[in-house]
Amino acid sequence: MLGIVIDDSRAMRRILRKFLEELGFDVLEAGHGREALEVLDGADAVPELALIDWNMPEMNGLEFVVEVRKRPEWRNITLVMVTTESEHSQIVKALASGAHEYVIKPFTKDGMLDKLALLGLVPVGVLS
Amino acid sequence: MELTFQHFNYVAELMAKEAAIVLAAGKEYLVESRLKPLATKGGYETVGEFITAAGRVRDNGSHQLRKQIIEALTINETSWFRDREPFAALTNVIIPTLLQNELHRPIRIWSAASSSGQEPYSIAMQLDKALPPEQEYEILASDISVEMVERTRRATYNQLEINRGLPVGDLVEYFERIGSDWHVVDRIKRRVTAEQINLAHPLPLMQPFDVVFLRNVLIYFAPETKRQVLARIMKVLRPGGWLQLGAAETTVGIESNFERVPVGRTAIYRAPSIDLLPVKEVKAC
Repeated sequence: MLGIVIDDSRAMRRILRKFLEELGFDVLEAGHGREALEVLDGADAVPELALIDWNMPEMNGLEFVVEVRKRPEWRNITLVMVTTESEHSQIVKALASGAHEYVIKPFTKDGMLDKLALLGLVPVGVLS
Repeated sequence: MELTFQHFNYVAELMAKEAAIVLAAGKEYLVESRLKPLATKGGYETVGEFITAAGRVRDNGSHQLRKQIIEALTINETSWFRDREPFAALTNVIIPTLLQNELHRPIRIWSAASSSGQEPYSIAMQLDKALPPEQEYEILASDISVEMVERTRRATYNQLEINRGLPVGDLVEYFERIGSDWHVVDRIKRRVTAEQINLAHPLPLMQPFDVVFLRNVLIYFAPETKRQVLARIMKVLRPGGWLQLGAAETTVGIESNFERVPVGRTAIYRAPSIDLLPVKEVKAC
């Protein structure tokens, strides 16, 4: 399994990378949406999962989701927003733009695992 | 004062007597970690001192401390749609089977160890999506802990709790944000009534239920208590009603009249009836 972590915080990228690696993912990283598009274009394989921050320089997470949705070859990427944006209307906006799931920061490892299990990306019952 | 053998024994006996919960040796860490916040809050230096104070039966305040111990040790970690399969069994098998004949009454479901309410509200959300609009339903949520019952009644969850297994579509549909917390919307909240019930004691008078969720409860009980609890549940289930147990639990080894019905990777249990409707299963889309 291949995942991409898109967040302008290096610390957050490190946390999410470690979390995904423990689940057996290979992990790509990008610091903002535009960089993520470049990483995806240059990657050998299409990731199954993208964890996407909302507020980032250059291109934010929502704009990135919209761009991914324009590209049929990336239709199998599961898009999960991981963000402090927690207004009801913002969540609806992210879903309407094409995000599959939404994790509000701060989150726990178990919370993130629950979401990935929900998406069928890890088996139900995987222990943290 | 560290947690001694006597302290642990006292707590184990208290839990066995008041909640019929077996705390086997080796669970000292559980006692220590669950009681530590209470000890600190109460101004006790150690968990051992806190337990000693709770054991002073002549002291007026000790009853309250014992109650706190029971509550702290009966709280289970919980999440939305926990284990998922019981909820799929509810909408793919139980509801279609129940609705083979027109029901001129509400469907009644009991979430029998509902902790802070995630299970009963998950059931309500699932039924809201699965039932025809004219079919009424009501859910009883119960827990041994008064605090958990209060939490269920409040139906308010923080962001960490919301992240635990709740699909974002359901968050948007069934919750509203107030401050930094999330409230279950009224049309779901009003389906759930929360009451304090100790399953180890005789049950209060109840209307019969179509389904009882009794998940991850029996594992804490000694075999004799399990038998008693299942016998009580049987009495409040409608003939042909359904019982949902936790993934690691079965009625095997306990005298029980429940029929085991395999569903997917799990199983649900059905109470006997002279005119059982055939099991009807619909496949999830």
